Amino acid sequence: MTAVAQDAAERAAEPAAEEAVEDSTPSVPIVGEASGGPVAIVRAGLRLSPEFVKGIGVTMLLALIATTGRIVIPIAVQQAMDHGFGSTSGRVDVGEVERMVAIAALAVIATMLSATAMSRRLYQASESGLSGLRIKAFRHVHDLSVAHQQAEQRGSLVSRVTSDVDTITNFIQEGGLMLFVSVAQMALATIVMAVYSWQLTLLIWVCFLPLFATMRVVQRKTGARYSAVRSAIGRMLGAVSETLVGAPIVRAYGIEDRMGARMDEAIARTRRAQVGAQRVVITTFSAGEIAAGLANAGVIVVGTLLGVGGHLTAGQIVAMLFLVSLFITPVQWGVEVLNEAQNAISGWRRVIGLLEAVPDVPDPGAAGTDLPEGALDVRFEHVAFAYPGGARVLHDVDVTIPARSRIAVVGETGSGKTTFAKLLTRLMDPVDGAVLIGGVDARRIAFAQLRRRVVMVPQDGFLFEGTLADNVRYGKPGADDAEVAEAFESLGLGDWLAGQPQGVATAVGQRGESLSAGERQLVALARAYVADPDLLLLDEATSAVDPATEQRIARALEALTRGRTTVSIAHRLSTAQAADEVFVFDAGRLVERGPHRELVEQGGIYAALYASWARTAVGHAI
Amino acid sequence: MRPYPATASPTRRGLWVLGLAIRTEKKVFAGALMGSALYGGMTVGAASAVGWATDHVVLPSLSAHHVGAATLAAGGLLIVGVAVAKVIGIFGRRLLAGVLQFRMQARYRHLVTAAYLRLPLAWHQQRPTGRLLSNANSDVEMAFMPIAPMPMSLGVGVMLIIGIVDMLLTNSVLALIGILLLPAIIVTNTIYVRFSGPRFARAQELRAHVAEVAHESFDGALVVKTLGRETTETERFADRARALRDANISAGRARSLFNPILEALPNLGVLAVLLFGTREVASGAAQPGDVVNVAYLITLLAFPIQSFGWVLGDLPRAVVGYERVAAVLAAEDRTEYGTEPGKRDGSPAELVFDHVDFAYPGAETAPVLRSLTASIAPGRTVALVGATGAGKSTIAALLSRLSDPTGGAILLDGVELAEYAKGEVSDAVALVPQQTFIFGDTVRANVALGDDVGDDQVWAALRTAQAEKFVKALPQGLDTVIGERGTTLSGGQRQRLALARALVRRPRLLVLDDCTSAVDPSVEAAILDGLREQGDDPEAAAATVVVIAYRKATVALADEVLFLQNGSIAARGTHDELLERSEGYRELITAYARAAEEAAAEEADAAEDEQMKEVVA
Repeated sequence: MTAVAQDAAERAAEPAAEEAVEDSTPSVPIVGEASGGPVAIVRAGLRLSPEFVKGIGVTMLLALIATTGRIVIPIAVQQAMDHGFGSTSGRVDVGEVERMVAIAALAVIATMLSATAMSRRLYQASESGLSGLRIKAFRHVHDLSVAHQQAEQRGSLVSRVTSDVDTITNFIQEGGLMLFVSVAQMALATIVMAVYSWQLTLLIWVCFLPLFATMRVVQRKTGARYSAVRSAIGRMLGAVSETLVGAPIVRAYGIEDRMGARMDEAIARTRRAQVGAQRVVITTFSAGEIAAGLANAGVIVVGTLLGVGGHLTAGQIVAMLFLVSLFITPVQWGVEVLNEAQNAISGWRRVIGLLEAVPDVPDPGAAGTDLPEGALDVRFEHVAFAYPGGARVLHDVDVTIPARSRIAVVGETGSGKTTFAKLLTRLMDPVDGAVLIGGVDARRIAFAQLRRRVVMVPQDGFLFEGTLADNVRYGKPGADDAEVAEAFESLGLGDWLAGQPQGVATAVGQRGESLSAGERQLVALARAYVADPDLLLLDEATSAVDPATEQRIARALEALTRGRTTVSIAHRLSTAQAADEVFVFDAGRLVERGPHRELVEQGGIYAALYASWARTAVGHAI
Repeated sequence: MRPYPATASPTRRGLWVLGLAIRTEKKVFAGALMGSALYGGMTVGAASAVGWATDHVVLPSLSAHHVGAATLAAGGLLIVGVAVAKVIGIFGRRLLAGVLQFRMQARYRHLVTAAYLRLPLAWHQQRPTGRLLSNANSDVEMAFMPIAPMPMSLGVGVMLIIGIVDMLLTNSVLALIGILLLPAIIVTNTIYVRFSGPRFARAQELRAHVAEVAHESFDGALVVKTLGRETTETERFADRARALRDANISAGRARSLFNPILEALPNLGVLAVLLFGTREVASGAAQPGDVVNVAYLITLLAFPIQSFGWVLGDLPRAVVGYERVAAVLAAEDRTEYGTEPGKRDGSPAELVFDHVDFAYPGAETAPVLRSLTASIAPGRTVALVGATGAGKSTIAALLSRLSDPTGGAILLDGVELAEYAKGEVSDAVALVPQQTFIFGDTVRANVALGDDVGDDQVWAALRTAQAEKFVKALPQGLDTVIGERGTTLSGGQRQRLALARALVRRPRLLVLDDCTSAVDPSVEAAILDGLREQGDDPEAAAATVVVIAYRKATVALADEVLFLQNGSIAARGTHDELLERSEGYRELITAYARAAEEAAAEEADAAEDEQMKEVVA
């Protein structure tokens, strides 16, 4: 390698390395989790989904009725025993028992009906609230700035609108009201027990006291075990998803065994974590059973002693046994529900955290100023940009792009040209100065107008699953197939379209992966073309397209974009050559500007870039 | 694949899935079953103990107004003893049932992921990643969900038998009530399962749709934003979210209706026992303790019987999950391997395309390659040039055997690729794809990919790929974790790392698929220089190289150019020869030069015009 080439290579590599370091700094806004105690989280969550609390009074009343109904059985047993079959006087009053059973049966049926009504209301309210929350969160992700979106793992954003919301659903439906019902049931059982015998009630509480006392510790432990399970599952999914997304590399490099071993390790780890969590839960559950056994024995022993002393009837003692089982069920359920609650609160935390993330590039909406009709000019007024907490990456750019002009923006990786493009399309806002489009501060233009009039074609031509036509229509809803075909034709891509198996109805696959990278760029271009913007920004939009097609597109665009303003971020300097004016960025500054020829003659940075380009791409020195 | 007829009821299919788990984990299941039987027996025992205590301790003491310390202690100890035995049963049952469930999940996750590794790329490309992920995660989970409560349900069987016998021995009239209660609960449950099964399945499917839309929409967030489509995207998502809500509410209604009925049935049973029990006692046919015993038994049995219902209720969902998993396991597409050993002498490979045809599945009418024929001598560097969509990346994929030709053959050292034993092709051929993939791991692991290579070899590869400098600048050098969870690299840096990954393996055939597109031209020049110098002998390259590129400099480096048009080789020769001979090639490769000349000419015209104007003026 020649010393000059080595030098050039390293110079080019350096800014890129800087960029990497810059990207890794945590100053990029990260969508966090809402802070605050569980109560605050639940309160905030309920505020976000008013559907939950709408009519909650009636639902709770029904729940109370349904719970109270459960007390009927022990009381019925006591009554039947003392006044009926177990009467110590030896007299059995069948009529009395019949009356009592009829009343109790009515109570059971009333309980059943209120339980059904309560449950229906609960499903209706919680599902409505959660679907609203899901939609709100989804919209919010799109309202966040590009910087926010890119700082997050895709999967993590998806989970905030799917599984995180699901944990809340599970809790509300299976647990939330259950917790309330459980407490009510315990309270009710305690009251009824106390009416029968305060001594036995005290005894039962003493049996369960160790359980309640250690609840917090056990809870924390269970929580830790469960979060270990969650993180093990997360790692497992990560390993599987790498194998799936990296499928071509895995096969091309024959590393199936290595990936298999990785996944197996993650799978085994998940299994171990699950069994570990299970053990804690069972131990808690068993402790409850032991306590219940002790309480039952205590009721028999102490109850008999009290009964002999004349303080209790046989029916009351037996009723107490039934009440103990009524008392223990909510205790055991309560423990499991509290686990669910921890899950739900962490899910809620993440969803609320997302909604609390303030969009740092807000839409002025209806309060915005209207853009003038026709082609748009752009003015950068002493614009500077820095990522939050980071150093400035763009310094004092002060430049005007006249309406209907064609501008090429060039510079090495990390020079600031992409930042310039993002500011121009308001994907970000400057920290200093202002970007004026059509004389209006970009921050004051409603997105509805801005996005229709100013369109950017990004380098990665992302396509949605569907047909070519579906994707082109994305730029102009309602465009028919003829219009779509016409768009390709106008861009000089008629031949390419004709080669597609089903024409505009050809499916592009997920993420457009049935097409090559270059072909995806062609579709993205057609998509922007039908959007018919007044200001078009091409961010290396044809970087993966072959030179001949690229030139054909360039010529087509030249004709088509006459009458509108075009800004091209160029990797291939052929674009720069054809532009009215070239903006050259270096180290975050606009260092040179002017027509191609003038800049080449000047012999500055652009001249060097162009010489390198001419050597590698054009094939001769110019 | 399904061992049951396609018309089998969901319950029958579900029972088969349960049977599968039992057959696979016989010992664990037997242990869980024993625990469950103990639990079941002791649950009945608890009722008997309470009944016994009522008759022998409570009632005699209360009527005699005297209490015997021994009987009292016996009553208390009996109840505590039964509770302890019950807890031992619970422990054995739940712990082992959990082990059973989690082992089955782990086993099937292993099988599914192994299938993912085995199945060819074409199979993967036809299926959304999100769906494959949920096959390995929630579908497996769902399939074995009813396993955990199953030993309990079978234990319930034991419990029921003991319970019924106990009731019959106690009092036949009261026993009849208890026995009648069982079919009532089971019938209610069966109706519930039939009713709610399809609703749950639908909800599960819609849940997947919601995730799919979210995933795609967030993936394309930049396009959504730049085209201002946030509102339509939200509508698209809202449609799915609302459909899911409605399905969930519908499934919830079914639960709201059936669960309270299932809870009320035993309660009504208890009341019936009280009613008839009173009559029996009045007629002298029963003791008060008998009534308490049967009533208590019903309360105790109600919950386990309901759990039996849960198992049945989960069966339809389990079947849905299992069948999705089974579909993956049954997928028969596979890459067949031969037995040929590869050459191991490190010499460059010879490559022959023999009338190769290729068409993507479903697009057979528009083949990508048509009878493509060419041969490449060992050690040559060949540039593959063609228009966008000409099939260059397809050829790159075929060379790595990511897919097989639909006709003809590709021969490596005279042997068809498909004839090689597993691992031989990937040992010989290194592909650097157009789109780089970085594993969430260290730089070292990303380059070495688990191969036993020393750090100096890794550094050498990084140096050739022009990645040494930026890797050195990373906080932990080779140990820096990169990828989604680690340091983010720029597109150019990722490409250079992917190149180093290929180089470190010293492949005999190196396939570069436009893999330097995100690298600045000057860096690319340096990389190409490095590649040329990689061989020990500067005159003979260390590997045969197939490079897909548009840049003239890259192409000029090649010994030979294959020009691809209409799915076959339209022309081959050196760059200069093709410039002369092939119009299509000339069109493509000189596009920039012509553009440059045109621009220069325009400018000259413009300058002339200016001069003319000046002259005129």
